[in-house]
Amino acid sequence: MHRFANPARFLRIAALIQPWSVAVAVLALGAGLWFSLFASPADYQQGETVRIMYIHVPSAWMGMFCYTAMAVFSAMALIWKHPLADLLARATAPVGAAFTFVCLVTGALWGKPMWGTWWVWDARLTSMLLLLFLYLGYMALADAFDDPERGQKAAAILALVGVVNVPIIKWSVDWWNTLHQPASVVKMGGPAIDAAMMVPLILMAVGFKAYWVVVLILRARAEIAGAKLRTLRMAQIHAAGQLEQPRAEQGGS
Amino acid sequence: MTEFFAMGGYGAFVWPSYVLAAVVMIAVLAASIRAVRAREAELEAVQKLRPGRQRRRDANPEPEQT
Repeated sequence: MHRFANPARFLRIAALIQPWSVAVAVLALGAGLWFSLFASPADYQQGETVRIMYIHVPSAWMGMFCYTAMAVFSAMALIWKHPLADLLARATAPVGAAFTFVCLVTGALWGKPMWGTWWVWDARLTSMLLLLFLYLGYMALADAFDDPERGQKAAAILALVGVVNVPIIKWSVDWWNTLHQPASVVKMGGPAIDAAMMVPLILMAVGFKAYWVVVLILRARAEIAGAKLRTLRMAQIHAAGQLEQPRAEQGGS
Repeated sequence: MTEFFAMGGYGAFVWPSYVLAAVVMIAVLAASIRAVRAREAELEAVQKLRPGRQRRRDANPEPEQT
């Protein structure tokens, strides 16, 4: 029954963390919206479209963060067979996919007025699209087997192979000199954007992170309940099978 | 107010960005809440059928079956 021991402790800790993460998410997103829509200036080049950045950039960070988290959880699951690691990797995937999708669409909505195009096959844009496909592939693979453990293992390997894409996204703007501009939030020697724009950016980033914790805990709880249900059903089937067999044939089991 | 919604002529690009982010985040959250409710209710129902197999150190002890 050691399989349940860790999830039980996780559920206790999660119940303590959850109200705080909900509070942080609501406060940071509320304040972040206020600063990004009202209390920050328009950019001298981008005009009001700079406000799209307060969604786009934190979403991109979340897309990469969630994938990295998913790969770390998957590695823990493969190496130490930690029962929670698989659950957390599975729980993170939809959040990462959602933010990657938001990042791609808001990028297009910014690109049309500023670059004059919705989409180009630029290194940054293409590697971000690949990230979305990796998320979708991971989720499809994890559910593709009748035996959930096999699906989980295959998906974990995909997550680990795909993690090579994360540094490619990160440095794509430096390695290939195409359309997407290089990082401007933090450069060597400190922050490179004005505090008036840094405040909404950081608030939104914190809000998105807290939102991830909230959804992660909810999804992990659903996964734990699902795993318990599977175990109970297997025990029922096993018990039913034993009743049908004569005692003598059971040997030392 | 009209000026605020116009977003310097870029309203058609700024507002869909915020609306999309809100819709996607609320959809994922709602789906997750629904999944938790459904699975935990089902688990509770199944566990009630098997009162003898309750574990003593359960994180959320179920009410005793009478």
